[in-house]
Amino acid sequence: MDIASIREEFPVLDQKVNGHPLVYLDSTATAQKPRSVIEAVDHYYRHDNANVHRGVHTLGTRATDLYEGARDKVRRFIHANSTAEIIFTRGTTTSLNIVAQSYGLANVREGDEIVISPMEHHSNIIPWQQVAKATGATLTYLPLQEDGTISLEDVRETVTSNTKIVAIAHVSNVLGTVNPVKEIANIAHENGAVIVVDGAQGVPHMEVNVQDLDCDFYAFSGHKMCAPTGIGVLYGKKELLEAMEPVEFGGEMIDFVHLYESTWKELPWKFEGGTPIIAGAIGLGAAIDFLNEIGMDHISAHEQKITSYAMERLSSIEGIDIYGPKERAALVTFNLNEVHSHDTATILDSFGIAVRAGHHCAQPLMKWLDVTATARASFYLYNTEEEIDRLVEGLTKAKEYFGDVF
Amino acid sequence: MSFNNLDTLYRQVIMDHYKSPRNKGTLDGSVLIAEMNNPSCGDRIEVYVHINDDEVIEDIKFDGEGCSISMASASMMTQAIKGQKVEDALKMSELFSQMMMGEDIDPGSLELGDIEALQGVSQFPARINCATLGWKTMERTVHENN
Repeated sequence: MDIASIREEFPVLDQKVNGHPLVYLDSTATAQKPRSVIEAVDHYYRHDNANVHRGVHTLGTRATDLYEGARDKVRRFIHANSTAEIIFTRGTTTSLNIVAQSYGLANVREGDEIVISPMEHHSNIIPWQQVAKATGATLTYLPLQEDGTISLEDVRETVTSNTKIVAIAHVSNVLGTVNPVKEIANIAHENGAVIVVDGAQGVPHMEVNVQDLDCDFYAFSGHKMCAPTGIGVLYGKKELLEAMEPVEFGGEMIDFVHLYESTWKELPWKFEGGTPIIAGAIGLGAAIDFLNEIGMDHISAHEQKITSYAMERLSSIEGIDIYGPKERAALVTFNLNEVHSHDTATILDSFGIAVRAGHHCAQPLMKWLDVTATARASFYLYNTEEEIDRLVEGLTKAKEYFGDVF
Repeated sequence: MSFNNLDTLYRQVIMDHYKSPRNKGTLDGSVLIAEMNNPSCGDRIEVYVHINDDEVIEDIKFDGEGCSISMASASMMTQAIKGQKVEDALKMSELFSQMMMGEDIDPGSLELGDIEALQGVSQFPARINCATLGWKTMERTVHENN
């Protein structure tokens, strides 16, 4: 992989921040956008903009073809069986809420269990809290191992015949843990439950095959994989989606509308009420083309190389606490002792280095780690070892700066 | 940016309050309590206030966890309003908000003391909420309970 030429595709990376070349280490929050994605969206608005699935006119047809073409790119990218299984949403949060509000409320009863893990992002916790409250079901947490992984033995113990839903992150946005989703799906199915996977940190970084994983639902966001914000995907097995009611009603999703009742369009459109996120979907299609051209296997390999280098360099800093397992996705979450993560992030920013500080939308996990906040550096296909060196240099300066205080 | 620019944020007096916070802890007895957090970052502050019959803040303490700016600002806040009338404490809080917005302020007869060191925070928009958390919690303590 020629990183220098990849970096040239990302206009935003070519700038100075606070007098230093930008080091962007926050792709887990949102990834930067390559020229081809920016141009696809720009081209659509300049040449093809029209509403989809209506209108006989030429622009309407073009817009529809582009929008539905993007859906097929997504289908192929995650190896789904049919475009009927690919629902465009606003993002992972919306996707998970559709599953909770539609499948969850219809299939979970009092006395049932919903099993989740303490490493979930808030968007894979709160929708299930709401379903549990509304139905009288119990929300059960899988235990975590000391290193922040989940043991399959614990999954077998926790998931019972009362479990209706198992909802779990493919990759933790804080620990970097890659969960054994395929094996967990197997255990869920043995117990008659469905598995809902939060793939926000999965799809951008690794080859995902939803059929091989045998997950029932898989949710992810476009903006973490080089696409624009505001577009996401819900994958669901066709037979499950077919039996589900829409959660948004209105234009675009209807078949016949009568005075007192209506019928819905077929999949996937029955879940896409209102004018969809057309430009976003087209941007997502362009992002998939971009990632495919480089190759997800090359991207994963590059990330692993950068992550190992970062782990090696960072763990040599005295007084640093690094959270999560040794084997991890492309991120390192840490605290420098005596320096609060906000202060770390401010000092790094003064050297042009962008990291995330705070609770990363995972307050229960922060409690489990027994910290209130952490700093996180995350990596993507455009990051380099030199940038890790800059990070280490910045952290050394943060320690120096605060070292005098204590 | 260099350390010089960072120095406008992390003034020595701020670091001093961070290292040795004034009035940190809890108060027992008939006191007013409120807790606030910054949901975007996890900083958390509790403020305990004892107001006497003359509407004077006779004692105040804060507790919590957070970054240097939030902890130092809360410490300075307790130092500044202890012994002040509730009305004046609220006025100071208003002045502090204005200062964080980068506005010129007229403290009149109110003694801002160490608080003026926080002026530099206004140049770091991402950190303003850190500085105002303690003051907002104090306002809530006084309002919610009166």
